[in-house]
Amino acid sequence: MNSTLFRLVISQFKLFFREPGVVFWSFGFPVVMAWILGIAFANKGEVMRNIAIVTENPAAVSALPQWLHKKTGTAAELSGESELEWEVGMNKGERARFRFRAMSEAEAVLSLKRGQISLWVEGSPGTNLSYRFDPDNADARLTYLLLETAFREKKSSELKAEIRPLTMVGIRYVDFLIPGLMAMSIMNACLWGIGWNLIELRIKKLLRRIVATPLRKSIFLFSHGLNRMILSAAEMLLLYVFAYFYFDIRIQGSLLALALVFLSGYCAFAGISILISSRVQNTQSGNGMINIVTMPMFILSGIFFSYHNFPDWLIPYVEVLPLTMLTNSLRGIITEGIGLTQVIQPSLGLFGIGAVCFALGLKFFRWH
Amino acid sequence: MIEGVQIPDSGEIRILEKSWEKDEHFLRKEIGLALQETRFQDRLTVEETLGLFAGFYGLNQQRTREVLEIIQLESKRATWIVHLSGGQRQRLALGIAILPRPRILILDEPTTGLDPNARRDLWKILDDFKSTGTTLILTTHYMEEAEFLCERIVMMDQGKILADGTLGQLLDKFGEGDLIEYVIDGENPAAEANTLSGVLSSCWDAETGQGILTVNSISETLPKFLDLIKSFEVSLTSLECRRRTLDDLFLAMSGRHLDE
Repeated sequence: MNSTLFRLVISQFKLFFREPGVVFWSFGFPVVMAWILGIAFANKGEVMRNIAIVTENPAAVSALPQWLHKKTGTAAELSGESELEWEVGMNKGERARFRFRAMSEAEAVLSLKRGQISLWVEGSPGTNLSYRFDPDNADARLTYLLLETAFREKKSSELKAEIRPLTMVGIRYVDFLIPGLMAMSIMNACLWGIGWNLIELRIKKLLRRIVATPLRKSIFLFSHGLNRMILSAAEMLLLYVFAYFYFDIRIQGSLLALALVFLSGYCAFAGISILISSRVQNTQSGNGMINIVTMPMFILSGIFFSYHNFPDWLIPYVEVLPLTMLTNSLRGIITEGIGLTQVIQPSLGLFGIGAVCFALGLKFFRWH
Repeated sequence: MIEGVQIPDSGEIRILEKSWEKDEHFLRKEIGLALQETRFQDRLTVEETLGLFAGFYGLNQQRTREVLEIIQLESKRATWIVHLSGGQRQRLALGIAILPRPRILILDEPTTGLDPNARRDLWKILDDFKSTGTTLILTTHYMEEAEFLCERIVMMDQGKILADGTLGQLLDKFGEGDLIEYVIDGENPAAEANTLSGVLSSCWDAETGQGILTVNSISETLPKFLDLIKSFEVSLTSLECRRRTLDDLFLAMSGRHLDE
């Protein structure tokens, strides 16, 4: 390796590891995030659904157990003066748990605003019930459907059917999540690790002395990219090792394809970072520039949830975003087992984005 | 612009018969630069910082060690930059400037903001470095610094050259004599003082009571001036005798103090 490049990279390593905060955000944070999200969206068991019964008489709840038993043949228990818990078997053996609370309409509105309930019921047992909820709220719709089904007819508490949860490797939420987090880590490592770092060096006037040396701009910028790429590879490895042991995630596809996708994704975001940091003169602009690039991709590229829920007209645009290309390729290799040939096209796209952005960044880059 | 950091709007700067436009890489190796304030990475050590810059010039560790000795920072070689004093940082900046053994060393107000000791340390290093044959171009507001370090002085004000020559030439050309500066509380003795032998000129500010005598020889005129003050029965509140400096010359030529 070129001696100048080597010394630059080594210096940047030293600076990186001498900042404990930076080390944590680079290595610790992705793992902590994977752990929290993996746990949060893992099998949560039967969710207790809170429902308000809007009445002026809190004691109205006390009549519910009898009504429920008569109507559905199941038992419900009063868990408080105006509160009742009810667990009922549904079709196909699924179970639903409800907690009813009697309250005034004003209290119900407040509970709804606070997210404590998503639906309330008006009327009393034996009369026509009316359900009040936001039809655009998926959780409220599900609660309504479960409640309506539970109230409709008498059911047996015996489970005749069987639920077989899909927990095989590759189709769990965490399998969807981890490749997305890896892609996001690559993006963040580049945008903040390279882009922000260059902006900060310029703002702190640390580049002013370097400009007066024979160091070539291309070597300087390349050293930043190379340094972060090695660190980013280590971050990915750490995240994968964690996911392997904690979530039992296995790479189904080709390791060569994975290396190609990592390299191409890294090049794309390193190029973007160098371009956006090429002329920024203050922290506010730098922060804004990085956020304007990362936020849309963060939301649209299907890191945490599938982008197929977006309107159809938007999908083709979403799919050409660098983060989407990188996420889809990583997800394909890790969970679907795709090989080198399937990732060549997106990889070329990512390399292309990186090359164009790097060339422009090199042209526009200002030392001070 | 001479340093090749800023691009001129027009014209061309030629150094060693090369221009920044065509021969930047060559000139960067031949010119050392020490700025008024140089910032470094706080969490690199002195030796690592020197080593990093040595890499930019393709120099080895041996040169790094030599420079550490020249700038007298051997005891601080393993110290992070954040823990260095202002003077030590400026010495490091100077060390980086001399790393490639430049033929021309440009020093842009290298001692601004330093305490007197740190300034003297830096002067000593620069004075020693002059003997290596490197040409030093020093920009400074401190006339004392120019007097100590420079063989040729160019005084500039608002982009115009006011004077150009050695220290002796400038002092001879633009002002003869030494100065006796005084402050009195009472009647003006200036008119009488003007008649004393050896006095070249005098001036007096009635509002502040300040006066200046320009004299051929302080030792010859001062006793006579003190006798005169005594005879006037006025109170002398301040007296300073000194040689004329470049600061006085600049003031005389530009009508402004250096720090204005």
